[in-house]
Amino acid sequence: MAGITLTSVQKSYGATRVIHGVDLDVADGEFIVIVGPSGCGKSTLLRMVAGLEWITEGEIAIGGRRVNELEPKDRDIAMVFQNYALYPHMSVYRNMAYGLRIAGLPKQEIDARVQKAAQMLQLGDYLDRKPRALSGGQRQRVAMGRAIVREPSAFLFDEPLSNLDAKLRVQMRLEIKELQRSLGITALYVTHDQVEAMTLADRLVVMNAGVAEQIGRPIDVYARPATTFVAGFIGSPAMNILDADGAGGAVRLAGHEIPVSAEVSGQLSGPVQLGIRPEHLHPCGEGEATFLLRVGLVESLGADAIVHGRLDGTATPFAARLPGTAPISEGDLLPLRSAPEDHHLFDRETGRRVG
Amino acid sequence: MAGLANNRALAARTGMVEKRGIGRVFTHLGLILGIAVICFPIWVTLVASTVTQQEITHPPLPLIPGSHAWENYSRALGHGIVTPVWRMLLNSTVMALGITVGKIVISLMSAFAIVYFRFPFRMLCFWLIFITLMLPVEVRILPTYEVVANFGMLNTYAGLILPLIASATATFLFRQFFLTVPDELTEAARMDGAGPMRFFWDILLPLSRTNIAALFVILFIYGWNQYLWPLLITTKPEMNTIVMGIKHMMPTGDDFVEWPVVMATAILAMLPPVLVVVLMQRLFVKGLVETEK
Amino acid sequence: MDKRVTFRHRLLPWLLLAPQLAVTALFFLWPAAEAVWQSAFLPDPWGTKAIFVGFDNFTFLFGDPNYRESFAVTAIFSFSVAALSMGLALALAVGADRVIKGSGLYRNLLVWPYAVAPAIAGVLWLFMFNPSIGLVAYYLKALGYNWNHVLHGGEAMTLVVIAAAWKQISYNFLFFLAGLQAIPRSLIEAAAIDGAGAGRRFWTIIFPLLSPTTFFLLVVNVVYAFFDTFGIIHIVTGGGPQRDTTTLVYKVFSDGYEGQDLGSSAAQSVILLVVVGILTVIQFRWVERRVHY
Repeated sequence: MAGITLTSVQKSYGATRVIHGVDLDVADGEFIVIVGPSGCGKSTLLRMVAGLEWITEGEIAIGGRRVNELEPKDRDIAMVFQNYALYPHMSVYRNMAYGLRIAGLPKQEIDARVQKAAQMLQLGDYLDRKPRALSGGQRQRVAMGRAIVREPSAFLFDEPLSNLDAKLRVQMRLEIKELQRSLGITALYVTHDQVEAMTLADRLVVMNAGVAEQIGRPIDVYARPATTFVAGFIGSPAMNILDADGAGGAVRLAGHEIPVSAEVSGQLSGPVQLGIRPEHLHPCGEGEATFLLRVGLVESLGADAIVHGRLDGTATPFAARLPGTAPISEGDLLPLRSAPEDHHLFDRETGRRVG
Repeated sequence: MAGLANNRALAARTGMVEKRGIGRVFTHLGLILGIAVICFPIWVTLVASTVTQQEITHPPLPLIPGSHAWENYSRALGHGIVTPVWRMLLNSTVMALGITVGKIVISLMSAFAIVYFRFPFRMLCFWLIFITLMLPVEVRILPTYEVVANFGMLNTYAGLILPLIASATATFLFRQFFLTVPDELTEAARMDGAGPMRFFWDILLPLSRTNIAALFVILFIYGWNQYLWPLLITTKPEMNTIVMGIKHMMPTGDDFVEWPVVMATAILAMLPPVLVVVLMQRLFVKGLVETEK
Repeated sequence: MDKRVTFRHRLLPWLLLAPQLAVTALFFLWPAAEAVWQSAFLPDPWGTKAIFVGFDNFTFLFGDPNYRESFAVTAIFSFSVAALSMGLALALAVGADRVIKGSGLYRNLLVWPYAVAPAIAGVLWLFMFNPSIGLVAYYLKALGYNWNHVLHGGEAMTLVVIAAAWKQISYNFLFFLAGLQAIPRSLIEAAAIDGAGAGRRFWTIIFPLLSPTTFFLLVVNVVYAFFDTFGIIHIVTGGGPQRDTTTLVYKVFSDGYEGQDLGSSAAQSVILLVVVGILTVIQFRWVERRVHY
């Protein structure tokens, strides 16, 4: 068991740089989720930790030992692949035992480890089967079993749930989390699914275009997104982000003044972007309204309704998440109220959070 | 409209069109006739291998097998005309297996190198090998003969086998197959600590099993049926293969031909490849389709 | 078409490639280069040394009526084999595709002639048509036709065409059947509902959809007739009577091996090399297109 340290890790393919220097300190036993849109470099980062891609610049250390030049097998890690990558011609047992046999472990030791892992994953009855005779969830478990038996100091997961159907995904998510908890092994988990990211992570790494935009606890990333990208990526439906002007301790939006919390009002000046999450908007009387929403499409989810539309008098798209019971129809003018502490402000030029 | 709906219902009920009534009988008759015509030469040969020389030289040949099979076949196998047939069968077996196994082995290796490694001149090697796809033995036969003669490989198994394993068909097939093996499997093997050769033995070879078997069928037939090459390089009768040796049993002109023995030899010559095709038909069809891709 | 995941090793890929490269170089590149080189020489009248003549061998060949004749022979032969073999195979495949019961059995009975060596096929048909003892020749005589392919060029050509086409029917049949079975039933049913009769359905729906298979088989059959039929011709007619069945490949052999005119034979090899090249390019173009769809 060990932590993982990434120090200004970079990756280039020829002249194209795809990872622009990532720093990350993973504590022993921590569950880190790397999340981002496809092509953001999250898989590349994971594969560099695994040793499947070479590191162009910087250093990766596992358990305090530099591993840049080490073969995957020498890094004391195990990986679960997106398509499971089970050897189709080997039984479940042989799939799990293969790495141990190459490592030259004694037969009884291999057997003990495989049996233990199989029991933990409820695979005991399937050890003689070939992967093609297993269901998706079972294959997923075998892939995890193959990782567990190696007793590595870290697990690497590369979008392991993306091939499962929605229901199974929820179930396997819980299993992965429980397993990691009980084994206490450090985990690095890559996904593009923000629900997976929020629910699994001790800490999140939000990546965009080869840069780690924010690293932090899921709740902190949600409550205080560091950039407009993070603000838009985490949370569903996505945060409304509006162009505004800051002056004299307040924000002006299309002629109205929007109150902001005291801690940022001092730093306000020039062009900014104002972010407000749809779920932080509440219907109110005309007089106390912060925003006026001209209603377009209403998506009813039962308990909630997502109301899409435009800010009154502008072409700016705007969405609100409201209790599903309110009678709202297209064309209505909806007064909405929000608290100043739910107003996020970003520098319009750099996209970084103000305050 | 009603008629159309009726037709649709009918088509749905019968499952497929064109399969009803008198037409079907004719189809079967046509097929049986076609098969009869195609099988006829084999039947005639079979009959001719069981009768006496006398019966053959006084046509017409009866269409029912005679009682001299044992005599003709044992004479062919044990004595033959120029070379005993058992000897030629042995030579053919060695040549066919040598070509088959040789091709499969060197093709697996080179396809593995080309697909799974990056090295300088990789593309040059690729083209060098694949250019041989183009040239049948028949075209380069005389210069190849000289090369083999220079090496002193005339009348040897090596001379029979080696020049014919210089073909890229099998390499091409394995390359195509290797390209479809998921990368993640290779990565998983690397994570498990497998080096290239370990991966080759433990993962790639077992996955290629059906391809190897299918190719085996096709290449065995190819090797067994070689004619011109053995004709050129086996000047000693005891090195003749059966397919080309039969030529020496049939002198040109009006010389006396021992037809029953020749016909028995013909049957013996086609038996092994025909058996391979019939017994391994699924693999054979797969191999045929794949090698033409 | 490259793997994303590869192994890193300096020496291993070369070791893996070595056998294939060695065989290719020794038995392909060297002889091919030799063929090109020899094509520029003529043996002197005493046969002791070769004289450099540049392109004379080629000029001579194209001026040689015998050579031009063998071009014509090859063209007639290839076309006849392809047409006869593909026509019969298509008819049988359409029949086998149409019947529900027994389709597998028919296929089993039709595939095995593929395994018969061309040379052996030659022996079978030679025996059937042997002017003095052959069964077919006998019945032809009974009908008043005096068959003698040893004397008549047209009959010799007919005989080698029949033998060559017979051997290739299985191959064509398998591919046609696969092509037919790949045509969606619903298309044929739709045509039937639209009121097209069986014949019309075949020519307007099935045949056009089968055209990629047909084109592919055409190329394969031409290549087969060019190169793989040497054994048939050698056994059945020996290129005769006169040169009526001397194809290009046969001429390379007879001029070089029997006539010992290495220069001319080498020049002919080089020309064939170009022909094969063209045929291969056509075939590859077709394969590419098939891959894209």
